Amino acid sequence: MSVLNSKVPTGPIKDKWTKHKNEINLVNPANKRHIDIIVVGTGLAGGAAAASLAEMGYKVKAFAYQDSPRRAHSIAAQGGINAAKNYQNDGDSVYRLFYDTVKGGDYRGREGNVYRLAEVSANIIDQCVAQGVPFGREYGGLLSNRSFGGVLVSRTFYAKGQTGQQLLLGAYSAMNRQIGKGKIKMYNRHEMLDLVLVDGKARGIIARNMITGELEKHSAHAVVIASGGYGNVFFLSTNAMGSNVTAAWQIHKKGAYFANPCYTQIHPTCIPRSGDYQSKLTLMSESLRNDGRIWVPKKMEDVEAIRAGKKMPKDLSEDERDYYLERRYPAFGNLVPRDVASRAAKERCDAGFGVNATGEAVYLDFASAIERYGKEAAYVAGNHEPSSVEVIKLGEAVIEEKYGNLFQMYEKITADNPYKTPMQIYPAVHYTMGGIWVDYNLMTTIPGCYAAGEANFSDHGANRLGASALMQGLADGYFVLPYTIGDYLSNEIRTGEISTDLPEFVQAEKDVKNRLDGLMNIKGTKSVDYFHKELGKVMWNNCGMARNEKDLKEAGVKIRAIREEFYKDLRIPGSAMELNPELEKATRVADFLELGELFAKDALNRNESCGGHFRDESVELDGPQKGEAKRDDVNYKYVSAWEWMGDPGEAKLHKEELEFNDIELKTRSYK
Amino acid sequence: MSDKGMNLTLKIWRQKDSKSKGKMETYKVTEISEHMSFLEMLDVLNEQLINAGDEPVAFDHDCREGICGMCSLYINGEAHGPDKGITTCQLHMRMFNDGETITIEPFRAAAFPVEKDLIIDRTAMDRIQHAGGFVSVNTSGNTQDANAIPINKLDADKAFDAAACIGCGACIATCKNGSAMLFVGAKVSQYSLLPQGKIEADERVLNMVNQMDVEGFGNCTNTGACEVECPKGISLENIARMNKDFLSASIRSEK
Repeated sequence: MSVLNSKVPTGPIKDKWTKHKNEINLVNPANKRHIDIIVVGTGLAGGAAAASLAEMGYKVKAFAYQDSPRRAHSIAAQGGINAAKNYQNDGDSVYRLFYDTVKGGDYRGREGNVYRLAEVSANIIDQCVAQGVPFGREYGGLLSNRSFGGVLVSRTFYAKGQTGQQLLLGAYSAMNRQIGKGKIKMYNRHEMLDLVLVDGKARGIIARNMITGELEKHSAHAVVIASGGYGNVFFLSTNAMGSNVTAAWQIHKKGAYFANPCYTQIHPTCIPRSGDYQSKLTLMSESLRNDGRIWVPKKMEDVEAIRAGKKMPKDLSEDERDYYLERRYPAFGNLVPRDVASRAAKERCDAGFGVNATGEAVYLDFASAIERYGKEAAYVAGNHEPSSVEVIKLGEAVIEEKYGNLFQMYEKITADNPYKTPMQIYPAVHYTMGGIWVDYNLMTTIPGCYAAGEANFSDHGANRLGASALMQGLADGYFVLPYTIGDYLSNEIRTGEISTDLPEFVQAEKDVKNRLDGLMNIKGTKSVDYFHKELGKVMWNNCGMARNEKDLKEAGVKIRAIREEFYKDLRIPGSAMELNPELEKATRVADFLELGELFAKDALNRNESCGGHFRDESVELDGPQKGEAKRDDVNYKYVSAWEWMGDPGEAKLHKEELEFNDIELKTRSYK
Repeated sequence: MSDKGMNLTLKIWRQKDSKSKGKMETYKVTEISEHMSFLEMLDVLNEQLINAGDEPVAFDHDCREGICGMCSLYINGEAHGPDKGITTCQLHMRMFNDGETITIEPFRAAAFPVEKDLIIDRTAMDRIQHAGGFVSVNTSGNTQDANAIPINKLDADKAFDAAACIGCGACIATCKNGSAMLFVGAKVSQYSLLPQGKIEADERVLNMVNQMDVEGFGNCTNTGACEVECPKGISLENIARMNKDFLSASIRSEK
């Protein structure tokens, strides 16, 4: 296991990052001008990294498949970003954010990385405010906070329900400043299809110009992959339609280990699916659980009456409702972490209490929040005995101020008014904690190749807490990678410009061309979407919210069969030398079809329940935690890092043992 | 409408690439559920075309939840179609009737060349942002504490409302002059309303307006169509603020 050296610095946890920054090598400003860095992806991690690296003086080339870096899917993050500012004076601290994140991740994250994340979190807020990010504020002019799941403090900063948008536009603005100066060269509508290695080091990429179809060779002294997560392996997820694993998967096939692929976050509050034509699922922010209460009817006859349209949810009295999260988890109530909330929804729906026609929906109800806020607002306005009409009107205004865009989004999709009737929600695939294995410097197992943001595996363990993805993306991009990459690049100052005429580039380009021609030439009968949907069904049914040995073994066999059929019967109209959305989808689905098999293999290997990974075989059988997930620290307290051996089924397992020196390993309880 | 859903006729702009001439083509789709999104209806059409051995219709889309700004269809003569306050991807088929003919074109403007079918090139909007859409602060993290700059809530809210722009270009496609004033006004306003952005406000507005002209966007004649079609409700007030800022910056910058 010698290759899996996490390189976490020695010494007390609170000094590790400072000590590391003091000890790593730097590159002199004159030399930075001669060093090229490629950044793939322009979301929070990639955009922030590209901007920071360019400011530092490196020559940056940034790549995005969208028509503008501003459209990366970080933009869709809704609820907020965590930071240990303790502005609310509620006992928050760097240690508490660190502790919550490690515990929230079910003790499967790396302590050193998580502490650093908590440590730099406060700087992110300072930085973003300086950039002009319009966070929500109180009347006194100071920043406002809200609470998110799995924590007992209020540390989440937000910009209505569009926090990701505002943070991404902040990173985009920092990029724009550097693009305007010529320090970043931006390649829109370009997709990375391969990594080029020269003498074992990452030296460039092959990218396809999606407008002309031409393949391009780009060289650099380091390559940063910040291409996001792989939730779309499930076909239906809250990811953007174009979100894909290709950049990450291609570096995996060139030697980067892929860690914990089975750790997937199924988000509890998404709009339920409505039909077979469905192309994606829409998230309703976790921030709604600050004020929304989740319930299903207690009695089956009420469930049936609601499904038949004979009763409305508001017809049920408090006694007739089962607020199951408040019942099962009195300490955290509706703000339990996502994995816990999702499993609890599934448990109720599996027991037959789902409230819509498909039986896969629960209520998220704002009536009591509207009443509470309405009374408060009336009181402040001097109306101490308001009528119920006045209370509802004032309360709805407060809810609109907090969540207006989310309520509008819900109404547009479902045609139901969530101010008047509870939202219907159900869990959906949202985020992937697994990803490319990286060390403390965010370097993969390929020298000179880095992974940042959701694309890497490091900080969230087996479950990510709400409002922590934005924090990690920006931490990696603004404050971690720009420093750590210098340690490697300090050895590259004598390398000089790397020619794209090197045989390695020529060969890689040829390989990609063959891959694309191979797909074009199948000339079968079925569309890419057909295969993607088939894969998605297997992933959801066999590798979804609850997994077991039989299903996972079956998943491996089925995915392999779909992959074989894909290469026999795929149809892509048009040619490779033009704008061809079907070809773009095909290259992505080809990689999902391989990742899916590794995913199942990883889930099968991990015969414990931890975070988002729940094995039917590993459940607490008695005691206060009866029925809850059972982690197995004796046998599985490690990161599974898979090495590509020519076929996903043949991947070789490497283990990074996790050490917990600053947090005691114990059963995660939210009761 | 029958239980099976709607039958619709679609007239869609088809164009092979930026150099070819385009034309409208007619297609039929059947059994369209009212719960489908507009783009899911196009997915159904494309699946049908692929199965028939034809080329699917190329259109831009990504997040499909109204925030990335990628989708950009001109439907029945309106940017993002008949509903208000939404993007194309948030438009649902319940807004249409069985038997209807729907016309689908790309966003059109002098500065938006068509790349293929319904996909356009909007990089001119990015170039305006390169000219000044930022606060000149390095991302070192060594700035002052975030709460050291209290900001009046009203200004903060107005800055947020301006910053909510998703850069889709509906305002430009809708404007008879192909003007980008609402788009640029929103960014100029976001920063000029905040103390962080005020310091270089003059330079910013001059540079961004200049770039807007260089890119070939038209002038504003105050018809207000942009505000009506904006999926994020960006207010005309932002254009007024930009004009005010531009005028005072122009006077101040005269040597």
